[in-house]
Parts: sequence; structure tokens; C-alpha cells
Amino acid sequence: MGADLDKVFKALAAPERRLLLDRLRADNGQTLGQLCQHMEMSRQAVTRHLKLLEEATLVVCIWRGREKLHYLNPMPIHEIAERWIGKYERGRLRVLAELKEKLEGETDG
Amino acid sequence: MAESQFVYVTFIRTTPEKLWRALTEPEFTRQFWMGTTQESEWKPGASWRIAKPNGATADSGEVIEIEPHRRLVLKWQNHMFPEMTAEGFSRLTYTLEEKGDSVKLTILHEMDKPDSKFIKAVSGGWPMIIASLKSLLETGESLEATRRWPEGM
Repeated sequence: MGADLDKVFKALAAPERRLLLDRLRADNGQTLGQLCQHMEMSRQAVTRHLKLLEEATLVVCIWRGREKLHYLNPMPIHEIAERWIGKYERGRLRVLAELKEKLEGETDG
Repeated sequence: MAESQFVYVTFIRTTPEKLWRALTEPEFTRQFWMGTTQESEWKPGASWRIAKPNGATADSGEVIEIEPHRRLVLKWQNHMFPEMTAEGFSRLTYTLEEKGDSVKLTILHEMDKPDSKFIKAVSGGWPMIIASLKSLLETGESLEATRRWPEGM
């Protein structure tokens, strides 16, 4: 049992779930209630998406007292990068990504 | 309530006993943690440090909680960068849970300060260290980039 790649790719293949990951990246460790704020999705839909993200270990939960906090776990994406990006390509890709960012302004996506 | 936090979870095909040894014993840490070793008596209240290959202290702190093969909580202060040393102690929690033929390793690194520079810095380093630890335990070989202390650091 490891990071199941099918589950990771499936979890990433929906804009709603990528949005949830973006929100955790901006502010890690949120409750379900916090994640539902300013979302155009029902609480049930957010819960369903979080469950798929959790099954892929892209999101992990830690209990703080009675609060369940959700965190972005970068390990599955790191493992994908490890698998298909060689160590010598990494530096070049970073330079290209930085150039792209500079030319396009702030951030892409 | 901690203000800066990162969490990493990975599944490693090994036993909690082996993973515990790999996280604490020098012959393992040297291979996947940039040639460093950790020194501690590994009991609550004992001092703890990460020693660079030249013996200098990279990070230091204290064992807060220890439950061999299951849970380790450390107070952790960086000594490499003055602005990070100034932030004081962070807290690191390792949790090991057996899941079938694997162990789920959870690493929680947190500091009671918003926008901690140290937590931001380690968030880039941990994935590589953990990936290398996983590789070492599953294949017998760590990742090459993590076997030596970076020159000039």
C-alpha cells in the first residue's frame, strides 16, 4: 500500500478538488466549515470532494481537540515528480517555470 | 494553537521498528538526511540535536514525548540561519501507524508564529528527505541528492 497513483490522478482531475487544494495551500489546517466559506458548492459536495482527496492522501486530517483540521499533503505529488522528472531536469524546469512566471506576471493558473 | 504548520504523510513498506531506527540511528540518518546524525538519550526532557558531518549543530532542542515505534515529539530550533534561530522553537511530531504491510508516517512540523520562515524553509526540505527515507527502507538505497551535506552550507 503506497500512494495509489490512480487515486491521486483521479482526485486531481476535478477543478473543484484542485480549488480545495489551492485553498489549503494558501491557508493550511482548515475545518470543513472554513473550507465551505465562499464556495459555490454545498457542504455535502465539499465533504464528498474532501473524502476523495483524503483517500488519495492529498489531504490529511488531524484532530485538535474537537476540531478536525484538513491539511494539504505534498507527498503524493512529490512522488509523481520523483518518478518522471530526473534530478538533472529539475533545475532546468525550475528556471523555465520562473521565466514563465516573470513573463506572464504574478502566478499562472 | 500553532500558526505555521506543515503536514506530510507517506506510506512506507516496512515495520514500525525499522522505521523508528531509521529516523533516529546514525547509520540510517547519514544515508537519507544529508550525512547528518541525531544525538539524544531519547527520553522525555533529554536534549536532542542534529549534527552536520563536521560535528557542528544544524538544529537542536529537546525530546518532549517519546513512545518508541509509535510517536516522537521534539522541540526544534534551527541554528543554520540567524533569522530562523530568532524564531525560537518549533515542534515536530512523528506518528507511526502500522497499516497492512506498510507504516503510515505522519510528520507534523509547526510553530506558534504566523508566517514562520523556518516552517516555510523546512516545507521545501521534508518531501525530499522523506522520499529518500522511503527509498532507503523499500529498496535499500537512499536518493543520491540526500546522501551528502551540500557544499558551502
